[in-house]
Amino acid sequence: MAEWFVAKASELSDGDRRIVTAGRHEIGVFRSGGTYYAYSNQCLHQGGPACEGLLINRVVDVIAPDRTYQGQTFSDDLHFVCPWHGYEYEITTGECVGDRKLKLRKYDVVQRGEDIYVVA
Amino acid sequence: MDMPRSEVRELRFDEYSATKHLEHATRQAHQRNYQDFLIVDVDSHHYENESYKEVFSYIDNPVIRRAAMESTKRGGRSSMMNTQVGYQDLGGRITRHELRKYEKVPSDVHRDISMTKLWMDAMGVDYTCLFPTPMLFLGLHPQTEVEVAMAQGYNRWLCERILAAEPRLISMLYLPFNDPEAAYRTVKEFGDKKGVVGFMVTSPRYKPVHDNAYVKTYALLEEMGKPISFHAAYNWNDQSLAMTNRFISVHALGFMWFNMVHMTNWVINGMPERFPKLKVMWIESGLTWAYCLMQRLDHSYMMRTSDCPSLKRKPSEYMREMYFSTQPMEIPDDPSILEATFKMINAETQLCWSSDYPHWDFDLPSTIYDQPFLSEQAKRNILGGNAARLFGLDPKPVKKIP
Repeated sequence: MAEWFVAKASELSDGDRRIVTAGRHEIGVFRSGGTYYAYSNQCLHQGGPACEGLLINRVVDVIAPDRTYQGQTFSDDLHFVCPWHGYEYEITTGECVGDRKLKLRKYDVVQRGEDIYVVA
Repeated sequence: MDMPRSEVRELRFDEYSATKHLEHATRQAHQRNYQDFLIVDVDSHHYENESYKEVFSYIDNPVIRRAAMESTKRGGRSSMMNTQVGYQDLGGRITRHELRKYEKVPSDVHRDISMTKLWMDAMGVDYTCLFPTPMLFLGLHPQTEVEVAMAQGYNRWLCERILAAEPRLISMLYLPFNDPEAAYRTVKEFGDKKGVVGFMVTSPRYKPVHDNAYVKTYALLEEMGKPISFHAAYNWNDQSLAMTNRFISVHALGFMWFNMVHMTNWVINGMPERFPKLKVMWIESGLTWAYCLMQRLDHSYMMRTSDCPSLKRKPSEYMREMYFSTQPMEIPDDPSILEATFKMINAETQLCWSSDYPHWDFDLPSTIYDQPFLSEQAKRNILGGNAARLFGLDPKPVKKIP
């Protein structure tokens, strides 16, 4: 395992990301809610660049207490979406939201002073 | 051997390259040695609406041509053409639909040719059968004469501007099926044009395929050795499908529904007995519908042979001799289920891989190549050999994987 430089902390605002090629690993490094997350950039569906798509909040059905449907809205949970086919992954866990058994490989991120590294 | 490398890149959402977008597909192509064998895509698309001004100029009828040309001034896809509600880009999640406008291509080649060859090479595809996109709904146009005029203009434009200029692009041309005489004339006029490997009926429509009015067209196709295909799509205004409230629902059902109806009519009315050498292909319905329908029709057939006296065998036996495109191929968690489906349709000789690229639910060649129950020969048949035999293509690979 080695540490691969990603960016200066000041270069990554919330919602920013970098795609890091670290040897044979291709990794998406996100900054979200002040935390860094890093996942394999290989979609578990057909191998698309899972970390390179849209960042978008989870869509939820609004169901009233009487169990009637009241429309849809976005929740606070943030997803990243594979741009090839739309597989959605939870940014805090790397879990595929359509089937939680599927998880992208997760990588550790470390900060040394101003420098952000991913461990692969 | 891959050398360890280090690279950090930012994402840009104001530039696009199909080669970059499909970089992982290219990696798969190299890992699986696609350069060593033929890959034919029997169903991909371009966006003919981006060339409407050119296409409309090929319409013979002067009144419809003028109406069509004028309609392009008002922007959008054209007010003359019908369309369907359908958020296929998943609310912007399928980014290539929006970003493809940034692709930079040479100005001396038609943009559709350049754009298509870029993704073909990136995936490892040698030949692709190109179909239109908005015109998939043209069979629902309220004016039959517009379907006829548009089919004539589009087919001539496609033959002259695209197929004549690029041998790796082929097509099964649009049949204006709501006018049987015009369908016949279309086969007569275009059947021998370069790159025309058959004719295609867009499935969402309300004309029964067994109508006597089509018999002479089927006979002509059989005589010419050109296949007829039925390309699936949906109609959200269909009385049954109108009950669905999400695109996932109308897509899942609609892309099977019309082909199930047409296939049932085709078989039950004994068309395979009447046109035994006519090759028939069913496109973009996935595979599970065929697995279901074969069993369903066989079950009823044994009790109701008097309903379909032209048949000399079970319905599934006729269906097993037809051709099927793969996409959108359902891949269940249990591979034995998919294996059974392949067995049911005689996949080794009858199944042809298709991408449907650049549409939202495209498939890569690896959807076939990575199936553990297929032999190397079966994989190569499905990925290209079966289509090469059906279309009469040279089996030598011609692609240039980047």
